[in-house]
Amino acid sequence: MPEFRNYHLNFGPQHPAAHGVLRMVLELDGEVVVGADPHIGMLHRGTEKLAEDKKWMQSLPYMDRLDYVSSMCNEHAYCLAIEKLLGIDVPIRARYIRVLFDEITRILNHLLWIGSHGLDVGAMSMVLYAFREREDLLDCYEAVSGTRVHAAYYRPGGVYRDLPDTMPKYAESKWKNAEKLDRLNAARSGSLLDFIDDFVARFPKRIDEYETLLTENRIWKQRLVNVGVVSRTRALQLGFSGPMLRASGVEWDLRKTQPYEVYDRLDFGVPVGSVGDCYDRYLVRVEEMRQSTRLVKQCVDWLRANPGPVASDDCKAVVPPRAEMKSTIEGMIRHFKLFSEGFFVPEGEVYSAIEHPKGEFGVYAVSDGANKPYRLKIRSPGFAHLAAIGEMTQGHMIADVVTIIGSLDIVFGEIDR
Amino acid sequence: MRVIDDVLAFVLGGIGERVFGTMWPSVFIALATLVKIACIVAPLMLSMAYLTLLERKIIGWMQARLGPNRVGPFGLAQPLADGLKLLFKEIVIPSGADKWVFLAAPVFAIAPALAAWALVPFDDGLVLADVNAGLLTLMAITSIGVYGVILAGWSSNSRYAFLGGMRSAAQLISYEVAMGLALVVVVMVSNSLNLGDIVRSQGKGLFADAGFSVFSWNWLPLFPVFIVYLVSIVAETNRAPFDMAEGESEIIGFHLEYSGLAFALFYMAEYASMILCSTLAALLFLGGWLSPFGFVPDGFHWLFVKVFVILTGFLWIRATFPRYRYDQVMRLGWKVFIPITLLWTLVVGAWMMSPLSVWK
Repeated sequence: MPEFRNYHLNFGPQHPAAHGVLRMVLELDGEVVVGADPHIGMLHRGTEKLAEDKKWMQSLPYMDRLDYVSSMCNEHAYCLAIEKLLGIDVPIRARYIRVLFDEITRILNHLLWIGSHGLDVGAMSMVLYAFREREDLLDCYEAVSGTRVHAAYYRPGGVYRDLPDTMPKYAESKWKNAEKLDRLNAARSGSLLDFIDDFVARFPKRIDEYETLLTENRIWKQRLVNVGVVSRTRALQLGFSGPMLRASGVEWDLRKTQPYEVYDRLDFGVPVGSVGDCYDRYLVRVEEMRQSTRLVKQCVDWLRANPGPVASDDCKAVVPPRAEMKSTIEGMIRHFKLFSEGFFVPEGEVYSAIEHPKGEFGVYAVSDGANKPYRLKIRSPGFAHLAAIGEMTQGHMIADVVTIIGSLDIVFGEIDR
Repeated sequence: MRVIDDVLAFVLGGIGERVFGTMWPSVFIALATLVKIACIVAPLMLSMAYLTLLERKIIGWMQARLGPNRVGPFGLAQPLADGLKLLFKEIVIPSGADKWVFLAAPVFAIAPALAAWALVPFDDGLVLADVNAGLLTLMAITSIGVYGVILAGWSSNSRYAFLGGMRSAAQLISYEVAMGLALVVVVMVSNSLNLGDIVRSQGKGLFADAGFSVFSWNWLPLFPVFIVYLVSIVAETNRAPFDMAEGESEIIGFHLEYSGLAFALFYMAEYASMILCSTLAALLFLGGWLSPFGFVPDGFHWLFVKVFVILTGFLWIRATFPRYRYDQVMRLGWKVFIPITLLWTLVVGAWMMSPLSVWK
């Protein structure tokens, strides 16, 4: 009798469905997965250690590089931690701007997810449709911060600057004639808020289009329903958060349970799944895009009506306005001190968490009173989700492993840190 | 085909007889056949190349982008650039690979996809080999193609390629059963295995006599079988949504280790069999070269149009649907398609025996 043995397949780190640099050792019985062992660390950059010998402000752009598809949300958690330690107040307009961009970031993240998840399962058009919409939102990033991915827009005490009154426009070129130019620039003639307003008006129709392609598609459902099921209790035990937890039926959203910024003044729903399979996670994220669109709309309306300062006037931590710096000696000194030695944060420790598009993103900071953190610990949602992949893929086939990785929505920037 | 014979006889006749003497008639047949083969394969190669461009263009438009448009006007030179690039690349042979099998596999893939064209009639009488059991021969030739895939997966000495080879072996064999059964029904109603006769038999009937040949073609009375056949050829050619053998986001595919021209051969085989299967579908179910209405003359262009429409359908499906999982493809083949075709075989058999038969 020949002896049958399981064999191992090295899945990644160079694999089209590895979402970056995931390496997984799959133990296979035929095509059925017996065990999956994720190996991480190939994108480890030592962010936490680097933060220990940088001034508080200097670590802020590093936060962008954690989960690089939702950079502003990472900054948000970090800023909240510093603000809590410093005990400074953030002006209400800045809070609304932060919520506005948090939700834009959520849409950006979910668009990337729906695109790559579709691509993993074989619906290759999704990625291009999703990137068409991402383009507009990244333009908003660019208009407000100057960059499209690593924004570094939030600051302890507010945001870097107020929303711009004009949107950058496309210029005429060999490939863009006047007619095409008019079409491309139609929504860009007003301010950033007008542009976002226009986007909010057309985006729900786009989501409908995605749903037409996927939600009731028989193949899509066959591939997703009852694949990678995580029960309610198991999801809690595994430390899931965000859409992963909600798809398993736990109504837990930090925006509702411990509202930060102005979420308690805004009207939005929290979608919750029932089975906890890939299909529920898909439905939850699609509905989150719709809810985020509603939130963006509410923020836009409020921001139109209520001008005001966008950064705290706390002179210890916030850079003074340019005019003040140029005209007064106090402003000059303040500016110089902030850009040379930074600001000192009172002794203490703090944990601040936000509802990141991927789950609970937390920053735990310990300060010994110096101008840099004593220790900075980042709680990334993807880490807990990836750790569960072994039991989620048990008994499924190789193709399901790809589906499950897609539905985890992992980004290695935050897992490896 | 007759034209080629005449031209050749006119040009070479005198010299040939002087050089070969009494051997000339047999030499002439061999020579004429070679010329005919060239006349089929050269346009076929060209259509294969431009099908890749068409695919990229059509899928590009469906995905709100432009597709290739940099090489030549409208990107028309893109296939040439791709071919040239692959031609100049090294064929890397993995260290653990079985070298000869590894190199033979692409040949096994492309050869049947080209050889089968000998039996395909392009117009009434325009066929290289008018074999009586043409359909059967064609099935026999195309089923050799699966060896290319299996051997490629096996000899590469890569677990990904191996999985791809195994997947597609299982898939091709299962769908060949469904496809074969679908063809049984066609053979039953046309009472012939000759492809030309199958097409000609579709030009007769109640509707054809009234001038609407389009409703006399096999697709209408054999509608379920037609659908089964269309889906089966998508699976048979390893195209989305049945492309698990390739499955670029899962196992990358049986040709994972291939590069250069060896890879190009697999690629060409895929497109050649796409065109072949679409042509077969047009011949068997859509009346081949017959025109849809009585007042329009028949001709090769009708076959071209029909094949084009079916091929565009292939591309459309690829741009729209997610990919099936391996076991789901098997379930669809064995538990859905085979029962449907078996049932329809019985129905058609009873129908033909009843007084209501439309095929008398």
